[in-house]
Amino acid sequence: MTTVTEGRFTDGEWHRLHPATPFLRGGLTFVAIIGIFIVNLRDVIIDNLFGGREGDDGEPLVWLAESGYAGFVVLGIFVLLVGLVVGFYFSWRMHTFRITEEVVEVRSGILFRTNRKARLDRIQGINIQRPFLARIFGAARLEVNVAGQDANVQLSYLGSSAADELRGEILRLASGTQRAEAEAGTNEQLPLVSGDAATGGVIEKRVSELLAPELDPAIAKRESVVTMHLGRLIGSLVLSETTVMLLVFVAGVIVTTVLTGELFAVAILLPTFIGLGSFYVSRFTKSLRYSIAGTSDGVRVGFGLFSTSNETLPPGRIHSVQVTQPLLWRPAGWWEIRLNRASTSAAKGAAGQANTTILPVGNLTDVRRVLELVLPGLVDPESIALLESGLTSKGGDDGFTNSPRRAAVLRWFSWKRTGFVLTPDAVLLRSGAIWRRLVVVPLPRAQGISLTQGPLERRLRLASINVHTVAGPVSAKLGAIDSATALQLHSDAAAATIASATNDTTHRWGVAAAQPASAPVPPAPLAYPEDTTS
Amino acid sequence: MTERLELADSAWQRVSKKYIVVDVVGYIISAVMIVAISLVPLVLFQWSLGWIPPVVIGIVFLITIVLTPRRVRAIGYQLREDDLLFRRGLAWQRFVAVPYGRMQLVDINRGPLARALGLSELRFVTAAAAATIVIPGIPAEEAERLRDHLVSVAESRRAGL
Repeated sequence: MTTVTEGRFTDGEWHRLHPATPFLRGGLTFVAIIGIFIVNLRDVIIDNLFGGREGDDGEPLVWLAESGYAGFVVLGIFVLLVGLVVGFYFSWRMHTFRITEEVVEVRSGILFRTNRKARLDRIQGINIQRPFLARIFGAARLEVNVAGQDANVQLSYLGSSAADELRGEILRLASGTQRAEAEAGTNEQLPLVSGDAATGGVIEKRVSELLAPELDPAIAKRESVVTMHLGRLIGSLVLSETTVMLLVFVAGVIVTTVLTGELFAVAILLPTFIGLGSFYVSRFTKSLRYSIAGTSDGVRVGFGLFSTSNETLPPGRIHSVQVTQPLLWRPAGWWEIRLNRASTSAAKGAAGQANTTILPVGNLTDVRRVLELVLPGLVDPESIALLESGLTSKGGDDGFTNSPRRAAVLRWFSWKRTGFVLTPDAVLLRSGAIWRRLVVVPLPRAQGISLTQGPLERRLRLASINVHTVAGPVSAKLGAIDSATALQLHSDAAAATIASATNDTTHRWGVAAAQPASAPVPPAPLAYPEDTTS
Repeated sequence: MTERLELADSAWQRVSKKYIVVDVVGYIISAVMIVAISLVPLVLFQWSLGWIPPVVIGIVFLITIVLTPRRVRAIGYQLREDDLLFRRGLAWQRFVAVPYGRMQLVDINRGPLARALGLSELRFVTAAAAATIVIPGIPAEEAERLRDHLVSVAESRRAGL
């Protein structure tokens, strides 16, 4: 069934991983042990040849050389070595993968065989990681995320350019577009690493790979790229809870020292500073070269200076989005964006945070761009205006259906801002006056809507709405809504969920993009009667 | 007290009255066990205030048991056109609507007492833990019929995750 138009890996045949795989996956420790052994052995040889120190019993090797068992030990080590090499070789030979029209399949193991298949239309994201060592050798680890615990398909390691190419091909197959169309498109086909054909020298190729920009400019449109501003990154680290805790701690130490006159407390400071210093540095280096970009196959998030990582989230794989602004960030106008997603990746996200934090820090412009990427259903001017009033508005007549005045009993400061909007594609929940928060749930991804009311809320004629999504850091709950409004929201949102899920085609996103026949309905917010009684 | 929440189109299917027995017996068993544990300080250490915890716990359980018939009557479900609607609770009311297409699996569980009374518990599981619906106290044949119906409607309305 191999046709001319098929890609290098998508011919349905079995392929092997990068030959250096065993070395990169743990062989390095092995090499280090051999190194230590050789260094020790050298001492023994030198001692024996030149008649060195006498009675040096501390060295196990010296003892070995002096006893009569040296020959057996050397033989044993040699057998072990050969066994390991043969084992590594066979485990590499037996570890194969293939990509067909429907599934990604991996076979591995020598004695205990494992065979794992992942359906292409269930892919939640594809992640390419390049740890520093692997990067030097031009290798990369590719991870195909599907929903569920420990359900990811790992291909470690592949050649660096092969990993990029394979990702492009998996995404193309998963999207349902045909290769011919894909090539007609602008940014589907990944170009080979620059300098690959021209120079051909292995070292030059490695160097050019190392120096290549983190995000290949050919993949994404320039205007869709969001990068991390250096000053903002440092500022966000300084203005974090960690710093507040550190200051409180230092103040506590100073007070203790002054009151007791003892200096023992000062001794605790040094390890604290060292620990926190390394924490800041690692968060800083991991967030360097951070970029978020829109590609035709979804959102691409990349970061890292030495070890790099980049992940593609296809459309419709984002279950809810939360934009928050801690009080400390308010003067600077910075925000953080987090997501709920169905898969759990083994890889950490930028700054060592969970990879659900898609924008660690950004100003309003960045937030606007990232929201455009992660919520492709809300890009018309009306929706953007709604999103912005969801972020910064203090309440009032701003398109949101807000809580009545009597909600002030439960939401002392934020009752004016506590509100929601239901559009045909999404529900927006806004809350928090001190700790501003906006949650957006794309309705095709909502798993269910619940309405709850406790005794206190009943007295105040209020109720809470909870839009359930897959587990994650974002909880789409809004309390203290007028109870009649909440009842109506519950039934409207339930109906809108069904309607949007029926029309949803994102599991084969390329097919829908190829035939834009169904005219997009202008997402007019559903109207709610403003509750005036209080 | 103002009126409870009520949805507009309510033709609720209620659960079997026999489920009251199951619930009450369950509460009595746990009440006996927890009261026995809370008696330990009083009996063993002769602690003078030791009578307070068992009495408080006993009163809480008594209220719970007395309200059980009303609470069971408040449980209800509706098979709507495209989603399953479920309600429960008196003081803390909860309404959940879950589209059939979101179904991941359906479980039928039966405890020993429920089995003796011919009842089953139906669990409608989705990808979100909080959107999982548990309907207790359905007659066994009806539970199986309901399960088969849910599986077939979920199949015809399947959507992505």
